[in-house]
Amino acid sequence: MAKIIEGLKYAPTHEWVRVEGGVAVIGVTDFAQMEMGDITYVDAPEVDDEVVAGEEFGALESVKASSDLISPVSGKVVEVNAELEDAPEKINEDAFANWIIKVEMSDPSELDALLDAAAYKNISE
Amino acid sequence: MENENSTLQLTCLHDRHLALCAKMSPFAGFDMPIQYSGITEEHNAVRNAVGMFDVSHMGEIFVSGPDSRRFVNHIFTNDVTDLPAGKILYGMMLYPDGGTVDDLLVYKETAPDGFLLVVNASNIAKDEAWIRENAAGFDVVIRNESPDWGQIAVQGPGAEKAVVEVLGLAEAAPLGFYEFCETAWEGVRLILSRTGYTGEDGFELYTTPEKICRMWDKLLAAGVVPCGLGCRDTLRFEAGLPLYGDELSPEISPVMAGFSMFCKLDKDEFIGKEALAAQKAGGVARKLVGIEIHDKAIPRAGYPVELEDGTEVGVVTTGYHSITLDKSICFALVDAAYAPLGTPLWIRIRKKTFPGEVVRKRFYQTNYKK
Repeated sequence: MAKIIEGLKYAPTHEWVRVEGGVAVIGVTDFAQMEMGDITYVDAPEVDDEVVAGEEFGALESVKASSDLISPVSGKVVEVNAELEDAPEKINEDAFANWIIKVEMSDPSELDALLDAAAYKNISE
Repeated sequence: MENENSTLQLTCLHDRHLALCAKMSPFAGFDMPIQYSGITEEHNAVRNAVGMFDVSHMGEIFVSGPDSRRFVNHIFTNDVTDLPAGKILYGMMLYPDGGTVDDLLVYKETAPDGFLLVVNASNIAKDEAWIRENAAGFDVVIRNESPDWGQIAVQGPGAEKAVVEVLGLAEAAPLGFYEFCETAWEGVRLILSRTGYTGEDGFELYTTPEKICRMWDKLLAAGVVPCGLGCRDTLRFEAGLPLYGDELSPEISPVMAGFSMFCKLDKDEFIGKEALAAQKAGGVARKLVGIEIHDKAIPRAGYPVELEDGTEVGVVTTGYHSITLDKSICFALVDAAYAPLGTPLWIRIRKKTFPGEVVRKRFYQTNYKK
């Protein structure tokens, strides 16, 4: 069973968001990493890149396929998880502990469109 | 994933795959296991130890009758004129224009007129129709026995030990690569063949569905790692082996794909011979090459191959970050001018392009039994 954490926001495209003040910490869900299998590469944006809610900001590559990462919020990338560059498999080990990017939100009201844990649970089973 | 398509066929081992919690997916009309423990783990098991694959979906078409040898030579690019019993040849069936109907193995059975054609699952119906259509004027009997046979591939450096010791098949040891024997297992007919699709030593075993299930259980209990189609693709790719539909197709001839050595143009005739001879003499527009890029990004099927200035000169057919070699490599069909080894080429992956160069297609040094 895929793990779901209470208190996070979720996108139907299987990204999670943890809000830290005006910053959205973004990763992919346990369900997403289970569906993808062994993740071999994280194609992440760079610091200062702009991301747009609902649009692709990078990709995860597994052995078999690549899967777009969709940004749950709009804003500017303020930090990229450099650990994943050499150890993308950390996402398989713990998808919630290993965030991908942090985004300074330009419109925090976009968070309202995201799902809570219970609603996300319904679409990830 | 739920099986939503009730028309999918199931192999005899289907319930075993479900019991092992394999990730299942439709392939060639069958509900097949893509992975069990994970593609990387399964891939490494075959490279370093021994794994087994359910390949019961593959097609078995038998050709016999007084004209069988002449007929097989007519539809097959390789030369069976002097093929002795117990030997196997790889080759293709072609359309008259040189496009590929299928790639296949031809087994010469002990019976003087007996041949077994092992074809891709996705092409069984098409191949049978093609074979029958071209049999006019030949005194042959064609039997598509695909549903009657199960098949397991046991692959890896530990394959011989597993087949000899776990299954008790001592006759496996003396077989050379591309040799087979017709024997029996628990009193039931078995075709035991030293072949595979992984770049490693290994065997393919053909028998009844019931016995295939018993073999699977014994091998599993002995620690042979169940392997899905996911790693079957990464393994065959590293070994430079084509997949029908990606590297060979009605649009991709064996000459374009670089498999001319399996097409014997010195044979009297075969369907597609004139077209292949013309391609060899006059050159082909596109050729299949290997490309290595110097980045961890992964070239996937369909991604464009470009020159530095962005001119598109080809397309990726299969690509991975190679598990064994830890490199991002791919097969690509490129304009023939850019096919020589060492040619610099760029691959567009999403928004960026990545520089690379043409390398040998056999990325991995294969370990076949001599």
